[in-house]
Amino acid sequence: MSNRIVNILVPVISVILGLLVGAIVMLVSGYNPIEGYAALWNGIFGDIYSIGETIRQITPYILAGLAVAFAFRSGLFNIGVEGQLIVGWFAAAYVGIAFELPKMIHLPLAILAAAAAGALWGFIPGLLKAKFKVHEVIVTIMMNYIALHTSNALVRAVSDGDANTGSIHQTASLSSRFLENMTDFSRLHFGILIALAMVLLMWLILEKTTLGFELKAVGLNQHASEYAGMNVNKNIILAMVISGVFAGLAGAMEALGTFGFVSVKGGFTGIGFDGIAVALLGASTPLGVIFGATLFGSLKYGATNMPNAADIPEEIVSIIIAIIIFFVASGYVIRLFVERLGKKKEAK
Amino acid sequence: MNFIVSLLEILYFLVPVAIAYAAPLILTAIGGVFSERSGVVNIGLEGLMVVGAFVGVVFNLTFAHIFGSSTPWMALVAAMLIAAVFSLLHAVASVSFRADQVVSGVAINLLAIGLCLFLVKMIYDKGQTDFVQERFLRDSIPLLEKIPIIGPMFFQNVYGTSVLAISIAILAWIVLYYTPFGLRLRAVGEHPMAADTMGINVTRMRYIAVMISGGLAGIGGAIYSQSISQDFGHATINGQGFMALAALIFGKWHPLGAMGAALFFGFAQALSIVGDSIPYIRDVPNVFLLILPYVLTILALAGFIGKANAPKALGTPYIKGKR
Repeated sequence: MSNRIVNILVPVISVILGLLVGAIVMLVSGYNPIEGYAALWNGIFGDIYSIGETIRQITPYILAGLAVAFAFRSGLFNIGVEGQLIVGWFAAAYVGIAFELPKMIHLPLAILAAAAAGALWGFIPGLLKAKFKVHEVIVTIMMNYIALHTSNALVRAVSDGDANTGSIHQTASLSSRFLENMTDFSRLHFGILIALAMVLLMWLILEKTTLGFELKAVGLNQHASEYAGMNVNKNIILAMVISGVFAGLAGAMEALGTFGFVSVKGGFTGIGFDGIAVALLGASTPLGVIFGATLFGSLKYGATNMPNAADIPEEIVSIIIAIIIFFVASGYVIRLFVERLGKKKEAK
Repeated sequence: MNFIVSLLEILYFLVPVAIAYAAPLILTAIGGVFSERSGVVNIGLEGLMVVGAFVGVVFNLTFAHIFGSSTPWMALVAAMLIAAVFSLLHAVASVSFRADQVVSGVAINLLAIGLCLFLVKMIYDKGQTDFVQERFLRDSIPLLEKIPIIGPMFFQNVYGTSVLAISIAILAWIVLYYTPFGLRLRAVGEHPMAADTMGINVTRMRYIAVMISGGLAGIGGAIYSQSISQDFGHATINGQGFMALAALIFGKWHPLGAMGAALFFGFAQALSIVGDSIPYIRDVPNVFLLILPYVLTILALAGFIGKANAPKALGTPYIKGKR
């Protein structure tokens, strides 16, 4: 079997195994898995409103997935997407609230603010990795908590102690009357177009520019890249900054599209961590990220229908997602299994 | 003089709170030391704590009428065992299946919170459990509490669990540095091939180390849920595991260092919670106290506070015969 087919088979098998384990968990805990998955399906595709909401949910997942994937391709593990998303969320909402400008300026400015905030939050671990050889995983985890607490403090500061900033001005909003009407008044917004544009941008950077070539080279072999005259440190910092931009934009989707405000958070949004699942499943390619985000975004939104329709706690989907990550991460075993299977067939 | 008296009063009030907050961190961080010293990154500490906290509360609610006031201690044992079994998933994925250890840890975290909330909703039909009836109580240690200054600060109104945490930290230090088992465990984390050549079973050592980390994180979680939060919900642990991870790095992968860092982070947490009633601290915005542990960890890693050297083979699966 060719390598390419195996590469596609590993995530597909992982997803199937994940759903299977999910079914077993439901069965063991006394729920009906068929009812459960039917409720999940209806939660995703049941009516036009659900479809609109599902696409809305997929939007930040695409961007979070891109953020993780882009760092992966440069050999970096950005667990800090969550934190970069949170600071992006705050920055976009703040610009949306604090200024009054014509839409043509206000909306791009708010989006850029989110990108800049995410970039800054990515720059710090990038710089520390480049200058001091500090592992980015730990720094980005720590940056997540710094982001959470800082954002909460800033929300309180700008809203005079309240836990919510109130709505952004319409001129900074991504919401679209047209998309809302089309989907029975879901919260679907223009952000999906931005997310898809970013997918294209990532593909262009990676495949069509010198920068992308260098980033991938650094990701594959730092020493060889350095020997070939590339500036490894510069590339590490750039990769983290660009990754942070994607993550910050995911925050802008929530700030300017879905919610239109920022509030004090008791914990993480989870989107950043699910972004790791998205990138892994999509093998860190731009197109793969779309598939991964579609799957996980749909699962996550569809799950909200499960308690009502089938009386099953929606956390079952978190379990399924975690199991899928396990299987994708343990791809070595699945690969071994698929290859053995392939060899047996050849022998016959 | 007046200033010193009021400072002492503040410390008498603050230090026990700090130690109470530090106990779960110490145990979890020590667990992390075992795992990481054997070469297995354990981002999953957070999830393992979640499992411990969940098991602790469920055990407590279920068996409180049987075991009475010793319930919380029994719950610790249950939490230790179940979290150790749960950590096997991480061991299997990262040691046997050669998965990326960070990814596997992330999956552990997602799975733990998902599974525990799922079970809470299934068993109790609501998003969080009731408050536990039997919780850890504070007590004073005879004789030691009579020592001036130190007595009231450290030995009056302490949780038995804090004593347990500090004893385990010291025990871990002895085990890791003064027993053949500890030497082998560290060797596996520094240079698994050399260890393998000397007849040490690398896979077995790593499995044991990961399970120790699971057990200790489980105890840590159960202590947290039975003394601090007293119930279990989605935000019970909320970052304690990652703070323990920070403590273990800030403590430079050494049991006593990790303990010191955990005590310090516990102090920072205590300040952010009870700081409102303390002069001077009251004027410091809460956010600085909340982010302090994380900022310090980053600074420590960057080498501003002494150099932290991770075990050499950390994060790399050992594949026999591969150079």
